[in-house]
This record gives sequence, C-alpha cells and structure tokens, in this order.
Amino acid sequence: MVDKSDKKWILRLYIAGLTPAAEMALSNIKTICAQHLEGQYSLEVIDLLESPALAEGEQIFAVPTLVRQLPTPLRKIIGDLSNTRKVVVGLDIKTAA
Amino acid sequence: MILQAEVRNRFPTIEKAPTGITGLDEITRGGLPARRATLVCGGAGCGKTVLAMEFLVRGAQQFGEPGLFVSFEEKPQSLVENFRSFGFDLNALIGKKQLKISHIDLSHAEVIETGEFTLEALLIRLEHAIREIGAKRVVLDTMETIFSVLANTESLRAEIARLFHWLTDKGVTAIVTGEKGQKELTRHGFEEYLSDCVLLLDHRICDQISKRRMRIVKYRGSPHGKDEYPFLIGETGFSVLPLTSLLLDQKVSDERVSTGVRRLDEMLAGKGYFRGTTVLVSGKAGTGKSSLAAAFAAASSARNEHCLYFAFEESALQLARNMRSLGIDLDKWTKGSLFTLQATRPTFLGLEEHLVGMIKLIDTLRPSCVVIDPITNFLSAGDQPEIKAMLMRLIDYLKSREITLLLTALTGGSYRPDETEEKVSSLVDTWIALDLEVVGHARRRQIYIVKSRGMEHSRETFELVMSINGLSLRGLKRDDPP
Repeated sequence: MVDKSDKKWILRLYIAGLTPAAEMALSNIKTICAQHLEGQYSLEVIDLLESPALAEGEQIFAVPTLVRQLPTPLRKIIGDLSNTRKVVVGLDIKTAA
Repeated sequence: MILQAEVRNRFPTIEKAPTGITGLDEITRGGLPARRATLVCGGAGCGKTVLAMEFLVRGAQQFGEPGLFVSFEEKPQSLVENFRSFGFDLNALIGKKQLKISHIDLSHAEVIETGEFTLEALLIRLEHAIREIGAKRVVLDTMETIFSVLANTESLRAEIARLFHWLTDKGVTAIVTGEKGQKELTRHGFEEYLSDCVLLLDHRICDQISKRRMRIVKYRGSPHGKDEYPFLIGETGFSVLPLTSLLLDQKVSDERVSTGVRRLDEMLAGKGYFRGTTVLVSGKAGTGKSSLAAAFAAASSARNEHCLYFAFEESALQLARNMRSLGIDLDKWTKGSLFTLQATRPTFLGLEEHLVGMIKLIDTLRPSCVVIDPITNFLSAGDQPEIKAMLMRLIDYLKSREITLLLTALTGGSYRPDETEEKVSSLVDTWIALDLEVVGHARRRQIYIVKSRGMEHSRETFELVMSINGLSLRGLKRDDPP
C-alpha cells in the first residue's frame, strides 16, 4: 500500500435538515472514509437551514452535496452517495489507495 | 398608462402585474399574471433575457416592486454591461436594493451525481435572496442549464416542478425562461408545469431582414391577442408593436381641428378635419404637400396641442427654412415643446423597425397630431405585405387614441399615380389632392377635396397660393381675392 499519511482530506457535506437522503449520505460517507481514509480526513456537515448564506459561497444548489475541498481540485458529489464505487472514484480515493 | 387602466376595467379578469414594456401590457391586457410564473420561451438570441430583465427593471422603477434575477448562465458583471446599452443602470438599482442578481454557477466544478437529491439548496438561496431585498418579482434565466449538469432527469423534473410551485407559494410574479425545443415549446417540457401564461419569442431572418415576433401561446383566465406581434430590441429595450385589433373600438369624435388654412377649413364644412381621423394629402412633386402639412402642424401647436412631425425627405433645417418662407415659424413651437420634428431617411430594409420606432415615439410624446411626410416609402414596399399591414395598424392605433394623422403622398414621377389611391384610399377619411395647372407660362397649384367622410364638403377646385403670409386659397375666377 502506498503511504497516504501525507494527504489531508477535507470534506464538507451540505444538507438541508436531516432528511432521509441527508442521513443516508452522512452514513455512506462515514463508512467510505472509515474504510479508505482513516485518520486522514475531516468531515464537516453544514445544514443550510441553519446557515443559508453558506450555499452561495460554494455554489451549492442541490442537497446533499459532498464537496472535496482538499486535495485540490475541488470536487462535488450530489446525491445520497448510495453508489459507493462512484463516490470512491469521484473523490479519487482509489488512485490514492 | 391610461390604456392599462382602461383595459383592466374593461376586462375584469385575474389580477395582473404590469410589465411597463412598450406594447406588452396591451397585448396581454394589463400585464403578466400576478403572483404566478410566466414561461418565456424561444431559441437562442431571441430576446428572452432582455424581456425578463426589463420586466424587473421596470417593475422596480415604475411599480415599486424589487426584483431578483437568478442567472444560471450569464455572470452578473456581463449582464450589467449588456444592459447598459439599453440605458439600464443595473448597478444603480442594485445599490438601492431594488434589484439583485444571483448567479447560480453550474460550471464551477466537476460534478458527480449518485443517488437521490433535492434542489432544496437552491430554494434556500432563492428564499434568502428574496428576503434580502423584499423581491416581488423573480426571474429564472434559464433553469434548463441544470439539465446539462445533472443526469437524473426524473428527479430533476420533479424538483423543478416543486420549485415552480414554491415560487407561486412565495407570492412573487415570476418569469422563467426556456430554450425552444424541437417539437415542444421548451427542450425540457417546462410548459407542463408553467401553463398559466406562455410567451413565445421568435427571431428569424427573411431576405436578410431580421424579424422578431412574439406570440402569446396561452394565458389562462384572460383574453389576449392571438396574433404574432412584431417586436424590437432597441436602444431603450424591448418593445412589442402595440398594434392590436383587439382594442379597435375607436372613439369617434365630432370635434374639429383646423387645417391651418382658413379657406380649406371652409371647404370642409367650415370647420376643418374631424379630430382623430386620417387625412391624406397627395400630389406631384412641388404641389405644396409639405407646406399643407406644416400649416396643419402649426395650427395644432397654436392650439397648444403637441404635433409630432416625421419628415422622411427633408432635414429639420431644410423644413424649418422652407416653412419660414411661408410665414410658419416651426422653431418657435419647437422651443415651446409643442412641435417635435423627427427627420430620418428610412431605407426599405429598415421599414419595420422604423415603424416600431415611430410608434414608440408616439407613445412617449402622446401628441394630438401626427404628420408623416411622405408615406410613399412605406407604400412602395409592395413586396413586404407586413409593412402595409403595419401601416394600417399604425393608422388604427392613432385613431384609437384620437390622434389626428396627416399623411402626404407623392404621385406621379417614379410612382404610379393610382398606386397611392389603391393602397390608401380606404384607410383615409379625408383626401385632399394637389395638382399643377399650366396657365400660359405660369403653373398654378390647385387643390380639391377627393373625399371627406361624414361631412358636406366643397367639390370646387381652388388655387393654392403660397406667400410669406402663409397658405391661402383663391377661387379659379380671376376676380376672387385670396
């Protein structure tokens, strides 16, 4: 296995209230991170119902949206993240692993 | 506008939000459905964005309703720049919190999609923006872009339907734009959700002439014009030709207006033209058509009534000089804002746009009398039947506003004399013919009335005498004093 300890993953999950899709997305991303990025990531959940102004800055229009802020480039994954393979590829974790 | 109030009273239908856009409120009979969403569709470059933005700008300026423009494509800065060319200072409105432009940037980053999602984030952003300026009008331009980002069309369509409902719940009057589809009105079937009011814009090129048309496809709960209306995107924004046969219950006035020539008034049952009618003055070159038109204009100004004079062959200075030699001081009236001269040289190619421009000016200045000198260019465009139709509608339009119209027409020369007759005779109420008669070595101008509807008029022929004291008529017998 390649050493990935030098990589820091910063993820943000935008939701609008704890809807079933939001809960699903949260649990999916936690599982994926636990499997692939243990100890190397931070995950912040932003509820737009509480901080609506934050949607503008990162150009969020759908929820749930997962944003990979680091490593660059910025990536967005929209939806409940139910397709694990797609998320892993989308976050570019596979190549790192 | 007076007409809007008239229209609304006459057709008590659903509540409407006036657009303030020239002509649009007339063909929609008062504006777009208030607190509902209207779909504006059409191909690329047909003017959807201009219409939508002008709806907000005029809403803010004229009706005190702040507007939110949600742009899915163009960046706010480029919108501001583009609309500067229409004389709209968007930044000033933004500064006064009467307008807000929100850019939903869909190209920002690579987007991957997996599983269920909603557009709740978009709704939250809209809610936030609406609240920030107290928006009463909202534009979404154009949401369809989102289909190129998200693949789950089923979910997306359901979400978009929800968004449109949400807009209605918010109580805002909205315009949603949509790109024209192959068979459907819009590529993604927005018309399924937005069926209260649908406007279709079209931009085509025929014989190298750009033609813009608008049609009201649907307007639930309201009567509306069914025609295709020409429209123009010009220096002051969007204008639909407010010429509609819908409102053709023209007023008929018994009031008279002077011709500006005492004895010509006498020939017309002693009082001159009927107010709000159409007068044609025809004759060969040099018979005094423009002079008669100017006399009419000056008489109008002297009554404290504004006259708008379209001169298509002479420049302003030329006309003023010629009229001075007849003792008519148009300059004086111009300074007193009772006379406006619009001198241009229309080309055949631009006639349609030209007519729209004329109507717009008439709408702005609201004159009592209008002179078109001469009308011949418009009539000779025989291969452009729309031009004639538009001219007819212009005449109807002026009649409906009780504006007296005087047209001059050149006969003979390069135009067939009967050409004028065929084309205009039925349109005009009073027809005055001018001619030249050769008497020995001199040529005398003659004047007679071909017809004048609704009055006992003289059937005699007189000599038209021009001098520094103005125009006068003289009997053809030698001893008759002018």
